[in-house]
Amino acid sequence: MTLSLYVPVASPVHRAPAGLKLGLLAALAVALFLVGRLAVAGGVLAAVLLLGVGVARLPVRALVAQVRPVWPWLVLLLAFHLVFTDWRTGTLVVLRLLTLVVAAAVVTSTTRVTELVAVVEWLARPLAVLGIRPARIGLVIAMTLRFIPLIAERAAAIREAQAARGATGMRWGMLVPLLVQVLRLAHTLGEALDARGADAPAPPRRAGASAP
Amino acid sequence: MKSRDLAYIALFAAITAVLGLLPPVPVPGIPVPITAQTLGVMLAGSVLGARRGGLALLTFLVVVAAGMPLLSGGRGGLGVFVGPSAGYLYSWPIAAFVIGLLTQVTYRRFNLAWAMVANLVGGIAVIYALGIPFTSIYGDVSLSAAATGSLSFIPGDLVKAGIASVVAVAVRKAYPVIELPRRRPAAG
Amino acid sequence: MRWGRRAASRVTAAADLTRTAIELRGVSHDYGDRPVLRDLSLTLAESRVGVVGGNGSGKSTFARLLNGLVVPTEGTVLVDGLDTRTQLREVRRRVGFVFQDPDAQIVLPTVAEDVGFGLTNLGVPPEERARRVEEVLVRYGLAGHRDHPAHLLSGGQKQLLAIAGVLVMAPQRVVFDEPTTLLDLANTRRIARVVEELEQDVVVVTHHLDLLAGFDRVLVFEDGRVVADGAPAETVRWYVDRMS
Repeated sequence: MTLSLYVPVASPVHRAPAGLKLGLLAALAVALFLVGRLAVAGGVLAAVLLLGVGVARLPVRALVAQVRPVWPWLVLLLAFHLVFTDWRTGTLVVLRLLTLVVAAAVVTSTTRVTELVAVVEWLARPLAVLGIRPARIGLVIAMTLRFIPLIAERAAAIREAQAARGATGMRWGMLVPLLVQVLRLAHTLGEALDARGADAPAPPRRAGASAP
Repeated sequence: MKSRDLAYIALFAAITAVLGLLPPVPVPGIPVPITAQTLGVMLAGSVLGARRGGLALLTFLVVVAAGMPLLSGGRGGLGVFVGPSAGYLYSWPIAAFVIGLLTQVTYRRFNLAWAMVANLVGGIAVIYALGIPFTSIYGDVSLSAAATGSLSFIPGDLVKAGIASVVAVAVRKAYPVIELPRRRPAAG
Repeated sequence: MRWGRRAASRVTAAADLTRTAIELRGVSHDYGDRPVLRDLSLTLAESRVGVVGGNGSGKSTFARLLNGLVVPTEGTVLVDGLDTRTQLREVRRRVGFVFQDPDAQIVLPTVAEDVGFGLTNLGVPPEERARRVEEVLVRYGLAGHRDHPAHLLSGGQKQLLAIAGVLVMAPQRVVFDEPTTLLDLANTRRIARVVEELEQDVVVVTHHLDLLAGFDRVLVFEDGRVVADGAPAETVRWYVDRMS
């Protein structure tokens, strides 16, 4: 999980349970829309920044990197409101969104992927009545991370094979052979899951109790 | 759900991620370069069908939310789920599900035309139907203003729907994943 | 040796530990309307069984019968008396399966995680899981790659990882489906040595005929039937003559 956005630092924010952090983030998302005063919204943003940079000791650029993608949207929104409503509404809207995005970035940077996946599994527990096993969510996520480099590898191999026969550049035509190849791979992986007991996870006791 | 289905779901979550790693492709005559990621939405639905396709995109979103920067442009984390364009993200699993549903319904006589219908309805209409109101409410702007902002992406989406449809028809011939009820297709 | 015995007692506490035989009774299998195996009846009691045959001869499907990955459309497969149709879980525990392409059976992103996967499914508690994983990692020379992403391993290491992931579950039998087809000569020899040293009973489907030198019995598949069956020397020679 080397490419995750987690920033390893020893801080109380890092140590806080992932479920609590996600719960607070959700609560913040609701609360911010009840805030109508600029000063309050600004204060909340300052508090979130203090928490992220001061308490969690996250590098500012880690937060900036996560906020950057939202930037153009915020600028557009502000421009829209300056033209059609007034600067107060515009600033309030932008402040709310910016606060939320920064808060989300703080949660992301202070929480390991595995912790977040555990929260997702916990949240999915009620789904067990529908026959969905929460533990399988973690398995599917792990397999996704396993597949990403594998697909990239196979794509490179097919591109090479096509280049060897004179094709140049990125071609959408490689999508079909690539998909067929990785679908076969996934099919076998499904068999391998079964062969290693994924379809019948059972408590270990009394395993071979049935008489042969 | 069989183990094989879990593998297929993970596969298309990963394919969507890999498509996000591709640099945006400039296309002559279209103002905004095309990013390939929503091609993953369309392929998941039209290759895996409704249930598995929808779950594949849900898995992808969970992985992104958990902090992997797998959205095109290296974006990720929870921030993108609370930004003004988050509605588009939330629409992806639903879009894949709808594409899958339309594909399954027409799978016996599935051809380029049906694939196109599925991808235009699920891959474009559904995504904008959810993305635009979200931006409108979230950013406190009018629906029409939010819609105008997304118009420039439509040409790229049409190209992607075309690619996804051609690929879906070819994959159905070479390696059909969606199972028909009973009787095997005459085409296979 | 030590490992096999201890693991066996742990995995199948009350079950019959004796390896008697794999038995096929009137087994046929088809995919849709394409028959791949036709009325096979045989008993495999040997410790080392090799299976050869051309592409599409049915040998891969045959391998998948032995741990219930494929349940035959007709007939019965018994593994040490266990029916693959009705006692699938016990059969899977007893028979490990190694695939041709290690990429298709490495499930989890890092080496140690993947080796532990099967043990998690068996419900083995974490401390014991860690210990057993460590044991096989050392045995197959992967200890230095414990936390490495699986995709950074070489082809040979990947296949060793795949084998480690199966053997950590301490099966009594292991089926190999073309384990060396994608490997170079050095790695093929390495895998051959690993197979040779296993105390488990093995069935190996392969195109690498020299892998079968020390085997007890070799089956030749053609068009879904066993067309030759005997000691490796004669059978392999017969097969090579027939192919040339």
